[in-house]
Amino acid sequence: MKVKVKAEPEEQRLTGAETLIHALKQEKVEVVFGYPGGAVLPIYDALYRNPIRHVLARHEQGAIHAAEGYARVSGKPGVVLATSGPGATNLVTGITDAMMDSLPLVIFTGQVASGVIGTDAFQEADVTGITMPITKHNYQVRDLKDLPRIVKEAFHIASNGRPGPVLVDIPKDVSATATEVNFGGKVHLPGFQPTRNPNVLQIKKLNEAIESAKKPVILAGAGILHAKASEQLRAVAESKNIPVVHTLLGLGGFPADHPLFLGMGGMHGCYAANMALYECDLLVNIGARFDDRLTGNLKTFAPDAVVAHIDVDPAEIGKNVETQIPIVGDAKAALQKLADEQGSSSMCEEWLVHLRQYQQEYPYWHKELEDVISPQKLITEIHSLTGGDAIVTTDVGQHQMWAAQYYTFNDPHKWVTSGGLGTMGFGFPAAIGAQIAEPDKRVVSIVGDGGFQMTSEELILLRELDLPVKIVIVNNGTLGMVRQWQESFYEQRYSHSVFNLQPDFVKLADSYGVRGFKVSTIEEAKALLSEVLNDDEPALIDCRVCAAENVYPMVAPGTGLHEMIGVKP
Amino acid sequence: MNRRIVTATVLNQSGVLNRVTGLFTKRHFNIESITVGHTETEGISKMTFVVNVEDDRQIEQLLKQLNKQIDVLKVSDITNQAIVARELALIKVLATGQTRAEISGIVEPFRALIIDMSRDTLTVQVTGDAEKIEAIIELLRPYGIKELARTGITAFTRGFQKSVTDLKQYTLLK
Repeated sequence: MKVKVKAEPEEQRLTGAETLIHALKQEKVEVVFGYPGGAVLPIYDALYRNPIRHVLARHEQGAIHAAEGYARVSGKPGVVLATSGPGATNLVTGITDAMMDSLPLVIFTGQVASGVIGTDAFQEADVTGITMPITKHNYQVRDLKDLPRIVKEAFHIASNGRPGPVLVDIPKDVSATATEVNFGGKVHLPGFQPTRNPNVLQIKKLNEAIESAKKPVILAGAGILHAKASEQLRAVAESKNIPVVHTLLGLGGFPADHPLFLGMGGMHGCYAANMALYECDLLVNIGARFDDRLTGNLKTFAPDAVVAHIDVDPAEIGKNVETQIPIVGDAKAALQKLADEQGSSSMCEEWLVHLRQYQQEYPYWHKELEDVISPQKLITEIHSLTGGDAIVTTDVGQHQMWAAQYYTFNDPHKWVTSGGLGTMGFGFPAAIGAQIAEPDKRVVSIVGDGGFQMTSEELILLRELDLPVKIVIVNNGTLGMVRQWQESFYEQRYSHSVFNLQPDFVKLADSYGVRGFKVSTIEEAKALLSEVLNDDEPALIDCRVCAAENVYPMVAPGTGLHEMIGVKP
Repeated sequence: MNRRIVTATVLNQSGVLNRVTGLFTKRHFNIESITVGHTETEGISKMTFVVNVEDDRQIEQLLKQLNKQIDVLKVSDITNQAIVARELALIKVLATGQTRAEISGIVEPFRALIIDMSRDTLTVQVTGDAEKIEAIIELLRPYGIKELARTGITAFTRGFQKSVTDLKQYTLLK
């Protein structure tokens, strides 16, 4: 990389493609996840001459999920580059996933030349139209002179307030032609002024509510992680003596081994956490959005609670659950202010004792299996072999829930999962992005046999980039969660949820130059994992687990958090 | 169902109307009418929506979701404020020799105008609030309405607001 010594003039004659690369460097972009094509040829040409690290995925979906993994772990915006038409439409799932889980992404798509837009030209798709409802904001660049400003705004919007994906669509003629461009402009977005600092009076009101509460609980979501507010959360919980429940996406924000931690709430959360949400008289939601998988039936959700909600996105407050103490602002700023307020919830000792009884009485449980691997045991082994310190990525489904239940996190930014959209095929490419963000950390991708087959083409990247990602396939030969629902709610009619034929995952890995292993007993798994998890080579481990195992406990659809089933063996 | 009049000041970027109407579709809000036009400031447009909502929570969500759009600068629910709200309607009504004078008699008290005439029709232009428009339409209906076009309401608040109103303010937003 050339380092220019002289101060650069603000106005330069550049092509659109050169302008883009220059602007990306200004934003200190370290890596671009992309896939070339006709409409981005000028951009790839500029990238050839003025390189930024580029990860060539084997499918655009792989590229964007990798960018999501990168963003989740690093907190920096993930950057994606794809061509027009099919390149862009292949990104749609990842964009929606990032929108639902508030991940900062900046996506650049090529577009056909301005002159033929609207004529159904080759590889044309109305990408700004398609992505309007699934992006935080999007742009089509009409005039090259606007490009530096648009790139600045895109990064600003993606990473400020509630993070989210921003897409910039660049017609080929804009990237190919040159003009005098000016990089000196400042971001000016009168319509985007997120409130960071919370209203002090509201904080006081919350503090008073905490002081008078007998059964308070904090529900902490991923907002804690985005705001990097783990320390502040801990300080508030400890000083005010309030137990903490995490959402699926919030895991790691509060240490799992902390005496005030109750566990994950929601559909497959633990009994104590859900009963705390049900029985509490004060519910302090920090950076969670009361998703239906968390709340269960809203009619019976926290029926006796005063609800306080701290969120940087005002539209989340009162959306699903009526809120008596709304606080708009950044979680870190709000928690800091709250910690400064004197007083604590001194009356809740009894409540804590009560909840601890629930914890002792109703812990997560699973069958002890002899001949086949118990998936829960498998996750527990991975946890102990990695010291609970790995970055774990998952898809969606049974393996995801078992990972959330049994791979407990004491630190933030280590849990990468597709929550809101529930995207199969997310976990493995997300692990690639996570490993790129944290090259020295152990990354374990726990995936199902179904989801892995959706993005397994990215295996080649482990070899190509020498990424020591460990893929653990929790292989039950079925679409486990679908099968479980069919068993429980569709009278065991297993319609198309059982795979009749599976690829040989070991050979598949082998053909990509990645070591593949198959294990069928927990002893085998333990022995192999203790070696493989500690070396610096990529590996795929096909773990044959019990196919009939179900995720429990469970809040059945339509029921309330207090009506969990399968809470005991 | 509760009828609300909402105004939004927006940046006049391409696609902004699409963005706003797409939001209504996505969140299942029911729009009765929508008008858009330039304001006194170049590059800034004003939209006026008439929406039907089920309860206060729904209108609050609508205002917040609109406010979240980057191109939307300001959103107000002006239903309960002192406002000037006007709509324009063009009504082509059948008119024979005998009914022509009768129709003129209806048009006059409404301060509407006859702006076009053919051998067997009259076209009436009427401006006013929705109730006035409804009223003249009902009066003209018996003569036979051949064609009807309404613009939808455009509105803003009056220059002078009475100090005490029951207007709801969503102070979360700032």
